[in-house]
Parts: sequence; C-alpha cells; structure tokens
Amino acid sequence: MDIDGVYRAEYGRCVATLVRLLGDISLAEEAVQDAFAVALEKWDTLPPNPGAWIVTTARNRAIDRLRRESTREARHAQALLLHQPDEPQEVGPVQDDQLRLIFTCCHPALAPDARTALTLRLLGGLEVPEIARAYLMPEATIAQRIVRAKKKIRDTGIPYRVPGAEELPDRLPPVLTVLYLMFNEGYAATSGSLIRTDLCAEAIRLARELAALMPDEPEVVGLLALLLLTEARRPARTGPAGELVLLPDQDRSLWNRALIAEGHDLVRRCLRRNRPGPYQIQAAINAVHTDGPATDWQQVLALYDQLQALAPTPVVALNRAVAVAEVHGPGLALAALEHLQLPGYHLLPATRADLLVRLGRMQEAAAAYDEAIALAGNETERAFLQDRRAGLTP
Amino acid sequence: MKQYMLAVHMVEGAPTPSAEEMQQAYSQVDKVNKELQAAGAWVFGGGLLPADSATVVRADSSGTTMTDGPFAETKEQLGGFWVLRCQDLDEALSWAAKCSAACMGPVEVRPFEDEPES
Repeated sequence: MDIDGVYRAEYGRCVATLVRLLGDISLAEEAVQDAFAVALEKWDTLPPNPGAWIVTTARNRAIDRLRRESTREARHAQALLLHQPDEPQEVGPVQDDQLRLIFTCCHPALAPDARTALTLRLLGGLEVPEIARAYLMPEATIAQRIVRAKKKIRDTGIPYRVPGAEELPDRLPPVLTVLYLMFNEGYAATSGSLIRTDLCAEAIRLARELAALMPDEPEVVGLLALLLLTEARRPARTGPAGELVLLPDQDRSLWNRALIAEGHDLVRRCLRRNRPGPYQIQAAINAVHTDGPATDWQQVLALYDQLQALAPTPVVALNRAVAVAEVHGPGLALAALEHLQLPGYHLLPATRADLLVRLGRMQEAAAAYDEAIALAGNETERAFLQDRRAGLTP
Repeated sequence: MKQYMLAVHMVEGAPTPSAEEMQQAYSQVDKVNKELQAAGAWVFGGGLLPADSATVVRADSSGTTMTDGPFAETKEQLGGFWVLRCQDLDEALSWAAKCSAACMGPVEVRPFEDEPES
C-alpha cells in the first residue's frame, strides 16, 4: 500500500479519533491533514502502523498549533488534550470513534443532503470537488452544506457518541439511508466515470465497518448484503458499448462470485436471526436473483409481498409489479400499476411500456416509452429506452 | 451544560381546541414540568397569552415608540416556551419529544449562545 492507499483507508478513522481528542471537527480535520503532509515528506517506507503514526503526529501537531493560538476553541481543545495524560504516546485509531462520528454526521437534526456530504467528507476523506462531481452539484453548494452542518453540530451541541439502545430505532435508519443513497448515487451512474464508481466502493467500505461494529443489528447486516449483491452484478450490467443490459439478458459468468458468496452468507445470517426489516428483505430478493441459473420469481414475489407489508412505498409497489408480471402475467401487473403515483420517476412509465409491449398494445407502449425517455436521468438509460422504443413493431 | 429554548408555536386562525383538550394539555404539560424539575433540566417555562396582547417597543436616538401588536406579521406566533439546561442536543431533543406530546403541537429547539467567558 502507498500513501494514497493509507489516506483512503485511514483518513476517516484518524479524523474520528482526533474529533474525540480535540472535541472539534474542523480542528480534527486540520490536524489529520497536517499529519498526512508530514507523512508525505518523511515516509520513505510505510511505518508498521500508519494509522497510529498519523494519529500521534496529528495530535502533536494539534498541540503545537493550539499553543500558538488563543481562541476559545483552541483553549477548549487544549484543555481536552491535557486532560488525557494517562494515554500511551502511541494511540491508534479506535474503532468506536468511527461509529461515534458516523452517528454525528447522520444526526436527524442535520438536513438529509448535508448528512451524506458530511459523511463522505469526514469518513470517506473525499474532497469537496470530488463530492460535487459525484452528485453533479456545484462545489460551492456542497462546501456550504458541509460548513453549515459542522456549524450546527458545534453550535447546537450535537453529541459525539454512539446512541444508547433505546435511541437506536430512531438513530440507525438515517445512517443506513445515507449509506444506501451514497451507493445508489454511484450505481445509477452507468457512464462508468471513476469518481462515481468510488461512491459505491466507499458506501460498501463504510457499510462493512458499520456491520463489523454493530454485528447484532440485522438491518446493518442486511444493508451490507444488499450492497454486495447489487455490486456483484455491476460487471454484467453494461455491454461492450456501455449500453444497459437488463437482468434476464446479463452474462451471469461476469458476476463477482466472491461478493455473491459473501452476500448470500450474510442473508443466511439474517434469516437465522429472524428479525426481518426492509434492507434484509431487499437483500434476500437480490440473493434469489443471484442464486442458480435463473431467478425464482415465485420466491421474489413472496418477498416483495413481505416488503410491501413492512414498507408500503410506491417504489416497492412498482418493483413488486415486475415480479407479478413474471408470476401472474403482464395484465395483472399493469392493473397493479394503475393508481401508482411516482411523479418524475422514469421507471414507472418504462415498466408500464414493457408490460404494454408484452400485451401487444404497441401504440400505448410507444407513448409510455416517450414519457420515460423524457424523464430518464442519464444517457445510458435514455439510450436503452430509445432503443426499445425504436424496436416496437405495430 | 448548554441551555436550550423549546418554543411552541401557535397558528393564528387555527380552530381553537376544546375545553377538554386544553385541560388535557395543561395537565400533561404540568406533569412534564415536574419531570423536568426533578431531573434538574428545568430553568424556566410558561405559556403566553395570544399575540394580540403584544406591544413592540423601539428605543433609538429619536426616542421610544410603542406599537400595538406582535413584531412579526405572520400567522405563526410564539405561544409559549421552556428554557432547559441539558448535556447536549440529544438530551434537549428527547425532552422536546415529551414536551411536544404534552402540549400536542410541534416544538422548536434552539440553543442559546454560549455565555462569553470572563
């Protein structure tokens, strides 16, 4: 591993530990960046424990910096540092710190958009321009979101701790949502741009850490399984020209077997625990899709029924209709879509178009494809829909 | 320890709650207040008369003027508030949940500025 690799792997952990040592997020970021700058100068070969080296150096740098400054934050932080005299000189990153930081970043008192940006910045170590590119947003907007969120954390006294068991039901879902959205943002970008693929990798890395830190929370394990089983199919999801390939047409030999095995194993662990939740059920659906030579749609439909009972959202109803079409035919599926409201979501008219084609109602299908094409968010999906539209025979 | 204001807003023109509902809210709020006092989080709290009882006072170099009515011409007006002393925002938010349930309305939580160091 080189220093870039260390940065990727250790940045979030080091910031998390420094936030605890300094009691302030911005000071922690500066200290860790200082330490990496020193590392760039000093490291000919990697030290035996790079993370511990960075934390120790960052801490010493912070003490130097604080001695020179006389602001209130500086005095506060210095007091915190000086009150930990018993700690050994060499302090490595502590795993619990990362957990504390992720709960702080995903606190429900912060705006949902800010939670993701802050998590990517602090735990993923992504720079503002990288986050802006990933979300196709102006850099100034992302920077402002992050600054505002850090200010609110400081001003309102959002605590730096892992919530207690009685708070977890309220506090864990926003953390899982952030990781899920982060992954989807990367996955929806089929253009293959490296940065956006990084979002998937980062979401999986953080989900892995979270699952390692909270192995008894089945929804955490369920989310990790869902991400792994979705990621596993990525290589088959686009063809040689970058075009979208749907599940039934995918070359299954391209799927990542190791990720699938890991995902299936996690789904089995969830089943044994028998405390189902929306992420676990979605993981189970993806386990069925990736099991054997073809999807067992009966099983998928049964799982969607279960998911709809737990989370009756329009998107779940739409996905369930796809399974209904496979089990009971396109007519019933189309009826299930009839009263669905998903304004602006291209997959609703796209699904309706597909069902209409299968029912031989080509004119209506063409109109539905037009509607979907107008709403599609990225080139790959638009090209796919245009291709389908062009292939209609009256 | 930080101090937080928990503000209850009233919407002008909203249907007036029935006498029973009012009575229920009063007794619920009273119960939460006792809980706050027992926990040492209580600083101050109380309900306000409607915004039409307000007077705005402005003092500047040209003198002091007084105007009848509330400062902000909005439909939402402050109806009452608590001031609490809490360890952190999470503690204030969990009290706010109890306060919201008790007064049967949304509660806005805002931290006070830290007192300047002497």
